Amino acid sequence: MALKKHIVDLQVVSREELGDRFVLLKCTDANAPLPPMMPGQFAQLRVDGSKETFLRRPISINFVDLKSNQVWFLIQLVGAGSRALGRLQAGDLLNALLPLGNGFSMPVSADTKVLLVGGGVGTAPLLYMGAQMKLMGMKPTFLLGARTADMLLQLEEFQKVGDVYVTTEDGSAGEKGFVTQHSILFKEHFDRISVCGPSPMMKAVAKYARANSIPCEVSLENMMACGLGACLCCVEKTTKGNVCVCTEGPVFDINELTWE
Amino acid sequence: MANLSTNIGALQLKNPVMTASGTFGYGLEFEDVVDLTAIGGIIVKGTTFQPRQGNDYPRMAETPSGMLNCVGLQNKGVQYFCEEIYPKIRNIDTEMIVNVSGSSPEDYARCAACINELEDIHAIELNISCPNVHDGGMAFGVTVEGASSVVRAVRQAYDKTLIVKLSPNVTDIVSIAKAVEAEGADSVSLINTLMGTSIDIEKRKRMLSIGTGGLSGPCVKPVALRMVYQVSRAVNIPVIGLGGISSATDAIEFIMAGASAIEIGTANFLDPAISVKVAQGINEWLDAHNVASVKDIIGVAE
Repeated sequence: MALKKHIVDLQVVSREELGDRFVLLKCTDANAPLPPMMPGQFAQLRVDGSKETFLRRPISINFVDLKSNQVWFLIQLVGAGSRALGRLQAGDLLNALLPLGNGFSMPVSADTKVLLVGGGVGTAPLLYMGAQMKLMGMKPTFLLGARTADMLLQLEEFQKVGDVYVTTEDGSAGEKGFVTQHSILFKEHFDRISVCGPSPMMKAVAKYARANSIPCEVSLENMMACGLGACLCCVEKTTKGNVCVCTEGPVFDINELTWE
Repeated sequence: MANLSTNIGALQLKNPVMTASGTFGYGLEFEDVVDLTAIGGIIVKGTTFQPRQGNDYPRMAETPSGMLNCVGLQNKGVQYFCEEIYPKIRNIDTEMIVNVSGSSPEDYARCAACINELEDIHAIELNISCPNVHDGGMAFGVTVEGASSVVRAVRQAYDKTLIVKLSPNVTDIVSIAKAVEAEGADSVSLINTLMGTSIDIEKRKRMLSIGTGGLSGPCVKPVALRMVYQVSRAVNIPVIGLGGISSATDAIEFIMAGASAIEIGTANFLDPAISVKVAQGINEWLDAHNVASVKDIIGVAE
């Protein structure tokens, strides 16, 4: 069931700045069709020309478009590595190891109401998941949170795919507060929840899901070196002991985790 | 095509490039992106008699030209290895070598005795140099007495090729190498990681869960190369060189320093296919310089 991994030299097709802290890289393989990738999987991107960094950077797969043979990566400019990736320009090559990790469980029935909850740059993999659900004839509901309106990413892309609800901490867009306070959670029932975002947000959503007996998956982003399950650096404590987030995850059912 | 085969005691490798323990899993994790049979040997992750959970997260910190890790020998134990992993890797057409660790000489010997029963495993690498565990590991590798006691116990339990992996965190690595040779080791591999640390200045806290970790990557290469040079001139058993090797040039430096074979570690994280590229690069260099066999350049550096 695991998809075959590849090392590919991608070519950057376009670079788009989303505010001053995020860069969207749309990439293609100029020589071959991109390999199959699942929502929630990630790539290990090699960072060239950065003296301060050494390792690849794990970046989630934001979107895959088979027609244009494109894969998108949404990069938050945090440290030297992500900043170096964010400086790539159209035409530059980007060496990627992909696809890695398990990915989100996809709903099997069109009747399943799925809520996709994202916070900050954690919204990235949810776009691809929502798009895949749409292709399967489902309509996903997105609940996206950010600190401020200008940190809400790719809203128009999400709106093409499903229903979008928004919270911001300062109330500059959507409802004011955290995702777990949004009124949609009190108005509608969801059969399952998939979450990706900052750890406190995921823990809050996990708590909500548990309290309401809703199956819930979260995507973790522990620091990792290899991305292949060899270095054992990215481990998370689970009910099965320490496991690699890069291979057993990054997506975990909340019942597998030892979160309080 | 030059002759790339090399020998570590009774063990014959098809080429001198192996992958280092803890950086290449059981090989299987990499098979999508690299031809495992083109690698000279695969040293699988550290195995102990009892299962170990390893240290808490965070276990790594990036450094310029390298990284620190404090994984702490997480593994499912030798019984799991023998029953679940060995059947999947025994027929891979390369030398599969098991890295063995423990908390006492008896513990090492018990683990080695289990591996001794596995027909298709022809060598073990004894890890007396892990800097990330409290009980055992490097504690044995930093004294002549400690290193000797482990090798003595394991030698009685293990009758195939015994490689001993040495710690660089010592005053005189040559004395340790000579001691393990005297106890019957067939080869020494060096270096394991150099102990270091890293601090998050915003949190005013060391980054790794146990405070310290082992440094690896290109930044350690000159230290490793110097030690390989020194040790290979002081012992009569073959030396395996490792520490920051990321290219064929690096590998040839180690071979010229005196290594009969080399291991690639951290570089596997940057390019999972690097080991095969290094083996090809060694071949190209030998051909370009009209050298018939890799054995002809072992230890030639003045």
